[in-house]
Amino acid sequence: MAVEFSEEAEATFQDLISRYPNNLAAMLPVLHLAQSEFGWISVEVMDYVANRLDVHPTKVLNAATFYTMYNKQPIGKCHIQVCTTLSCALMGGYEIIDYLEDTLGIRVGETTPDGRFTLSEVECLASCGTAPMFQASFCDGEIEYFENLDAERVDEVLKELNEKLEALPLPKDMH
Amino acid sequence: MTEEKSDKTEKSKETTEEAAEEKAEETVEETEQAEKAEEGGEAKAAEEKKAKKSLPKPKAAAKKKPTPRKDEKYLSRNFEIPNAHNLDVYEANGGYRALKKAMKMDGEEIIEEVKKSNLRGRGGAGFPCGIKWSFLPKESDVPKYLVINADEGEPGTFKDRYLMELDPHRHIEGCIIAAWALGIRYCYIFVRGELQFAQRRLNQAIKQAYDAGYLGKNILGQDFDFDIYVHPGAGAYICGEETGLIEGLEGKSGQPRMKPPFPAVVGVFQAPTIVNNVETISSIPFIIENGGQWFADMGIEKNGGPKLYGLSGPVNNPGVYEAPSGITIRELLERYGGGMRDGHELKAFIPGGSSCAVLKPDALDAQMGFETMREAGSSMGTACITFMDTNTCMVRVAARLAHFYHHESCGQCTPCREGSGWAAKVLDSIEAGRGRMEDLDLLLDMCDNIQGNTICALGDSIAIPVRSYLQVFPEEFEDHIKRQSCPYPAWSKRKTSADSDAA
Repeated sequence: MAVEFSEEAEATFQDLISRYPNNLAAMLPVLHLAQSEFGWISVEVMDYVANRLDVHPTKVLNAATFYTMYNKQPIGKCHIQVCTTLSCALMGGYEIIDYLEDTLGIRVGETTPDGRFTLSEVECLASCGTAPMFQASFCDGEIEYFENLDAERVDEVLKELNEKLEALPLPKDMH
Repeated sequence: MTEEKSDKTEKSKETTEEAAEEKAEETVEETEQAEKAEEGGEAKAAEEKKAKKSLPKPKAAAKKKPTPRKDEKYLSRNFEIPNAHNLDVYEANGGYRALKKAMKMDGEEIIEEVKKSNLRGRGGAGFPCGIKWSFLPKESDVPKYLVINADEGEPGTFKDRYLMELDPHRHIEGCIIAAWALGIRYCYIFVRGELQFAQRRLNQAIKQAYDAGYLGKNILGQDFDFDIYVHPGAGAYICGEETGLIEGLEGKSGQPRMKPPFPAVVGVFQAPTIVNNVETISSIPFIIENGGQWFADMGIEKNGGPKLYGLSGPVNNPGVYEAPSGITIRELLERYGGGMRDGHELKAFIPGGSSCAVLKPDALDAQMGFETMREAGSSMGTACITFMDTNTCMVRVAARLAHFYHHESCGQCTPCREGSGWAAKVLDSIEAGRGRMEDLDLLLDMCDNIQGNTICALGDSIAIPVRSYLQVFPEEFEDHIKRQSCPYPAWSKRKTSADSDAA
């Protein structure tokens, strides 16, 4: 399908570029906007963003590949990112990964066959006092933290997430 | 921080250790700040003098002043008040009073109060805020910028998040006061992308502040225009380095710049720029309201004010707590953290984020100040302490942190990019039972070749901790090599720490 911002996203885009003295500076927020619109940052999306910002496509490629929050390939509707940096590792972050792998039936880096969950291991999310924790990034761009986890709480959270995903449409590119 | 330069030229371990503390801090800020001190010649000389003075008789001098008024809350005062993130509640609790007072003062007076307060940069580098402010040129043909470093990402650090989520107006008030004092026109709050809730709270508070006339044109009826925007990061630890942050704000990859020029002269969009941490700016309203001396009195020599401390690891009450500067780590652990959890005995701790050298429990009585922590052999960093128990393998911790820095290296300097990966590999092999005794010297040699040889302090942030684990726990590394295995309980049933390469 054609890559083009919805009316609502277009309004956000206009607001974003008005905040900076040049368009290039709007790169990070505009890429976030594009990801929430299109689900992931494909080459077509990069071209579109380059066009809209009137910058060379390599500048978009530069930002999209440097920053880890931009997905350069399609992922599940909900991206579970488990922190395993020191404080989380000390408090059982790796056990949370083990448990999620068993429960979801996938390994880190994989997506469930129903396209709901992608599981990743990530670095410190500034939530060390409430370790272990994970972040759930939804395909509509929203991010939620789930903290003080143990197996029981992970079960509850997965149930909540599944309910939420029922209502969430697949990103446009994945239709 | 004055040792930084010398550390770059002389490679002896003693000097690097000294430079270590200051450098280790939050990713980075430090090098440039130290150099900034050098740039401002007088400031440098003053700092040097002070540093020299305090080195030989450290603890006695620092302990002269008791740490006062422990139970009063300032930075965290509003954390417990429902809806303090809303303007009406904030104002009802004294909010924006400091701004009104500040706008009756002139910029110089405000800078003087901030200097007097001994407010040190709260992002980890500990550069004196008032001195940093005084580097910003008074006259400028282009608009000046304030950039808030809210890209909190130093492992173990989670304090700024609470300031943004629970008391966003305090932060905004601090920004407006800074702008008034320094003649700044625009502010960007660079919030790490993952902290969406903090971004939402800030955006909501900013909107309320515009509606109330605290932001925008002719603020409080005066000839003063000021705008604040929230800028989301996108997942790069290196953007916590102030010039990496500026690059990210300009829409580029966050690769730190060579300095000089320093941001105060050439910052974002080629304009004079002040980069401050969230907590630093959130402290400003208290300084204005109560005076710089009041702030300085709540602390120890050269380290003023109330401060947020984060406690993580297997303690009874992990979390963020407010206490005066200069409190001991023992008191933080016992009184605020409730001690180690049952069955967990303290083995080691990191005082201010993973870039700081590791310490043993014999350093628990060290006071939280930049100089005092340096004397203790580490650094205060972000003052968010990670406690580790006797079940924790120090080889594995070192390996895990090396992986972190390898993952986060921006890649532009070879020693950091290649050295971090190499160190991680060697540490992995020791942890996995394939270590050789010569690996220990090899690792130390690597650290010496990384530290001081990179554009920003991320390289130092690899070298300082890795070296510290080797030096503080040498027997543990040797034991791993002798027995060709790790005697500690695994973190995961599938992976060894050696596989801990994060996504």
